[in-house]
Amino acid sequence: MKITRRQILILLPAAAVAWEHVLAGTPESAPNYKMSDHWWSMLIDVPRCIGCGNCVRACQAENDVPNGYFRTWVERYHVSDWKMENPQVISPDGGKEGFPVATDEQGKYFFVPKMCNQCADSPCTQVCPVGATFVTPDGAVLVDQKYCLGCAYCVQACPYGCRYIHPQKRVADKCTLCYHRITKELTTACCEACPTGARQLADLKDPRDPIHEFIRTHAVQVLKPQMATGAKVFYNQLDGSVR
Amino acid sequence: MSVFKDSGHLFRFAGLFVLAFLLFLLIRGFVVPSSFGQYGHYRGAAIDEIAAHPIKFAGHQSCEACHQDIQDQKKTGKHARVNCEACHGPLAGHADDPASVQPVKPDTAVLCAQCHTASAAKPKGFPQVAPADHSTGLPCQTCHQPHNPAIDAGGAK
Repeated sequence: MKITRRQILILLPAAAVAWEHVLAGTPESAPNYKMSDHWWSMLIDVPRCIGCGNCVRACQAENDVPNGYFRTWVERYHVSDWKMENPQVISPDGGKEGFPVATDEQGKYFFVPKMCNQCADSPCTQVCPVGATFVTPDGAVLVDQKYCLGCAYCVQACPYGCRYIHPQKRVADKCTLCYHRITKELTTACCEACPTGARQLADLKDPRDPIHEFIRTHAVQVLKPQMATGAKVFYNQLDGSVR
Repeated sequence: MSVFKDSGHLFRFAGLFVLAFLLFLLIRGFVVPSSFGQYGHYRGAAIDEIAAHPIKFAGHQSCEACHQDIQDQKKTGKHARVNCEACHGPLAGHADDPASVQPVKPDTAVLCAQCHTASAAKPKGFPQVAPADHSTGLPCQTCHQPHNPAIDAGGAK
């Protein structure tokens, strides 16, 4: 069979379109939730946190986190007036049962809830030797526990200390940003349980999400910006002494 | 054909290589999950598996579907934006089957103190009391209705 130049010029774009379809793969299965429509993040309003530990308890209940391990925890900072660079930081049992009453009025206190920063360029996913941890198309950093070997490279790679090896499953475990909830139009367990609204789930791809206005008008930071991790947990009025 | 003279051993070797490569492809086809590489260098099906985790906190929208009276009581008070399960705990079981799963009423002496115990560490504007001095051991709901805690909003109900 002889193909003329005209026929080739007609066939090439058609083949390109067909190849595009092959590359795109099968469409996503969930009917109401489209991963490409979201880019999840979280906003933590530091001055609103009262250190009650509700988020830590809620997270452990929702995600069956074993005792002594934390997907989220709360730290209390006490920065004295004369020694800014050495804040006293406590987090008894991750702040799960609250904090001891502080009587020393001197200096400044504040609570910093910590969790996985859901980094866009996460160091933890880059070091995984088997592709068991990854950033989803909607911006959550997850662990495929059936694929994980438990080598703990990712535990060491996380600059925020947000991962641990699950004591029974012997695989890496971490905050999923309550992926099973946010894909069903619910907020995360920690946000649901926070009594003061100090934690708010936010969707950076949703133009109507209040986070855009908030970031424009407030002093918002991420943790360890010098690491260039693309962290997506934003802290309002974060003190310079927080590490 | 002098080029291929005495080169049979090379062809046999090449044949072995081809066989080994086919065997590799066959094994790879079995052991690499079908969804691997669907979105990136990971198993695409893992996303759906993680999303299938059961829910424990029903979410305040579910609560309000039935408990509109509490919602009305709350909305004028200081606790308007405190979600139900912040105090009552995870109750997805109750939302799914209200008859058989009954929540336990929280003990206000413990519950209220978790947030409102006075501490120099808390934000200054947050209402806080030393429970021993404030109520002399009486349960909080003697004077405060937890859903709308201002004194004039009425006590225990």
